[in-house]
Amino acid sequence: MARYVVDVMPKQEILDPQGKAVLGALPRLGFAGVVDVRQGKRFEVEVEGEPSDETLAEVRKMAETLLSNPVIEDYEVHGQASDQ
Amino acid sequence: MRIGVVTFPGSLDDDDARRAVGIGGHEAVALWHGDHDLQGVDAVILPGGFSYGDYLRCGAISRFAPVMTEVVAAAEQGMPVLGICNGFQILCESHLLPGALIRNDHRKFVCKDQKLRIENARTAWTSGYDEGAEITIVLKNGEGGYVADADTLDRLEGEGRVVARYLDGNPNGSLHDIAGITNERGNVVGLMPHPEHAVEALTGAGTDGLGFFTSLVAAPV
Repeated sequence: MARYVVDVMPKQEILDPQGKAVLGALPRLGFAGVVDVRQGKRFEVEVEGEPSDETLAEVRKMAETLLSNPVIEDYEVHGQASDQ
Repeated sequence: MRIGVVTFPGSLDDDDARRAVGIGGHEAVALWHGDHDLQGVDAVILPGGFSYGDYLRCGAISRFAPVMTEVVAAAEQGMPVLGICNGFQILCESHLLPGALIRNDHRKFVCKDQKLRIENARTAWTSGYDEGAEITIVLKNGEGGYVADADTLDRLEGEGRVVARYLDGNPNGSLHDIAGITNERGNVVGLMPHPEHAVEALTGAGTDGLGFFTSLVAAPV
């Protein structure tokens, strides 16, 4: 099984209200010195077969078409070793 | 005219939209998200709600519903399409309109009567209004903040494609106070507030929303 992780983050210039909410909550819990929090999404995608350039390209396509919205988000795909 | 209103799983305002279509003098046709069929309608409305539970991103899953293949193809041929609230989000996710809608900057759901200015009365859906008309209709959203990059905003402003703008304060953090936009052709309009909730004096915020449902008559389609 080929496993990939897709990280999706709001673009730097896009306001991230959820990150701001977390940033606001941290000092109230006594965590001092936090200057910024951005909140994103992590997808773990499992694909049949061995990892290959083709499946990696396929996962990138998934990330572009569905998992992220390129207007407001950036994505990164990380390949992982196949399961034994 | 026959105007189709699409029901997705999680649509809320499809019933009100069909009712508004009728009050506007047209025949409402119920369309189903799972059908590759527009039943020969002359125009389509994508209503408000939380289609597919707003999972992933608002409108992201709906964009790939079977009926959307037909809606996108028809819109590109010039069929009038109006997306209200969640429908606006679906139109952006479908790339029929530029930009995206994100969570309100103040992070709270907003539900109020909202004053707008109609900035473009040349679209298929707003030709019944006077340009510059100030109207009050219902606004209710959690993710209504319109965002786009600077180039896109410049283009929208330069080409007069901002259809409606919020007045008396920005309720959700939308850039340039944008409440609604249109495509180059003027047949596709996305609007965050809800004209279908303002078509009868008995309920809602007056009848200022009716123009969105009567404009199609006046428009050369």
